[in-house]
Amino acid sequence: MERSGGQAFASEGDQVRTVSFFLGSLIFGICIWQAAVTLTGVPRFILPSPALVVETLWKSRALISEHAVITFGEVLSGLTMGTVLGAVSAIGLSASRNVRDLLKPILVFSQAVPVFALAPLLTLWFGYGIWSKIVMALLIIYFPVTSAFLDALMRTPPGWLDLAKVMGGSSYRILWHIRIPAALPGLASGVRLAAVYAPIGAIIGEWVGASKGLGYLMLLANGRAKTDLMFAALIVLAIFTIVLHFVVDRLAHKYLDRSD
Amino acid sequence: MSDVQAMAPGLHMSGSAYIGQVMIFEDLTLQIAPGGWHCLLGASGVGKSTVLRLFAGLNEGVEFDGTLLASDGLPFINRVTFMAQNDLLLPWLSARENVLLGARLRGQLINHLEADTVLEQVGLADHRLKNPSQLSGGQRQRVALARTLIEERPIVLLDEPFSALDAKTRSQMQELAVDLLKDKTVLLVTHDPAEAARLGQAISIMSASNLENFAPPNGIIPRGLCDPEALSTQGRLLGILRGIE
Repeated sequence: MERSGGQAFASEGDQVRTVSFFLGSLIFGICIWQAAVTLTGVPRFILPSPALVVETLWKSRALISEHAVITFGEVLSGLTMGTVLGAVSAIGLSASRNVRDLLKPILVFSQAVPVFALAPLLTLWFGYGIWSKIVMALLIIYFPVTSAFLDALMRTPPGWLDLAKVMGGSSYRILWHIRIPAALPGLASGVRLAAVYAPIGAIIGEWVGASKGLGYLMLLANGRAKTDLMFAALIVLAIFTIVLHFVVDRLAHKYLDRSD
Repeated sequence: MSDVQAMAPGLHMSGSAYIGQVMIFEDLTLQIAPGGWHCLLGASGVGKSTVLRLFAGLNEGVEFDGTLLASDGLPFINRVTFMAQNDLLLPWLSARENVLLGARLRGQLINHLEADTVLEQVGLADHRLKNPSQLSGGQRQRVALARTLIEERPIVLLDEPFSALDAKTRSQMQELAVDLLKDKTVLLVTHDPAEAARLGQAISIMSASNLENFAPPNGIIPRGLCDPEALSTQGRLLGILRGIE
């Protein structure tokens, strides 16, 4: 009892330590940034000071929010659709060896094509609106989700499959009641990766051709030498990505992971 | 249920088994009487589990050349159930849902009452809604026994199901299993001479080269923990196992 109490205390202490060090490193980074600006006297259109960025962030909050909502929508849609499509593909591939042998080379080949290079093509096919960005985000996460889930689906502990076979289960029901639930932690790893990749896809899509979104706003600000606005948009995007990663991690832990 | 049990058939196997080019056993003949406990004793790696898996129809990767028969001439399919050393419980399901796994996999009607009855028989009525992670090793193996019972199959194959348990729990599980698997044809694969001496109504000792039948002690099973005849049999069985080495 004493030992486990000691461990609980240590893990709480660890958390406090992690948070303190995170805040410390944040403050340290900002100080270096401010010092660099002050000491070098670099013009604000090259590198704005952190104070200026925060000021711009506050002043342009309406403009930034308007574009941020678009990007967040693209990321969340791409993430949801890519996860669903990836999960369905993995289940389809796991169900039949023929389908697997037929489609795996295509999947691998598709990974050899840099997804970024497809962005102009997607803009051509899906237009300047949100769809080309959603498809971009979807494409970028499809492979990690499919491959992580498929891998887990193919590694069901053999004892469970033996038991199911002796019980006289049909392969469809074995898939549904044993193989899929057993593979959900694999899907969770795929979705965690996807949460980090999806914003990259949406931003690339916006850079190539858009009339709205944080990526578009950053390009626009860059063209007008409004570097402070660019940084402000970048910070919003970074915070969104971190929050998304955190939320997805929690959800995946709650609904998909399990401890035996 | 008693009808099914009354029909528990004897089992017969004769033949050779290979995995690829590697011989697992050759010209083995095993005769198992209907409705009793037959212990197949042997050191690790002599192919005991392969014998059991062949009866279970789990012959993937194993090439068997010979005959496998039930004494009533009917096929094994849907008449066999098995328990392994690992309880094979699904961690995301409650004890009750684990017991009902077979019914779910066959798309049959789910009868919670029936599951609760067998869980009560194994002494886990209060634990039916718990997940395996909340149960002890012995309790988990009891759930596995309940899952075996609910299948109501006349042939029960046990692959060292008690060997991972501590001595006290093991002896209790042996008694419970004998009580609940009455009248079924049970093949128990074990490497433990004490278990064979306690539970075997017939005992076969398997080695790399052959299979020998050994006269079991008298008395009904499970034999008492201090039964002199069972203890002496245990000693002799151990001697034979050591001699084989």
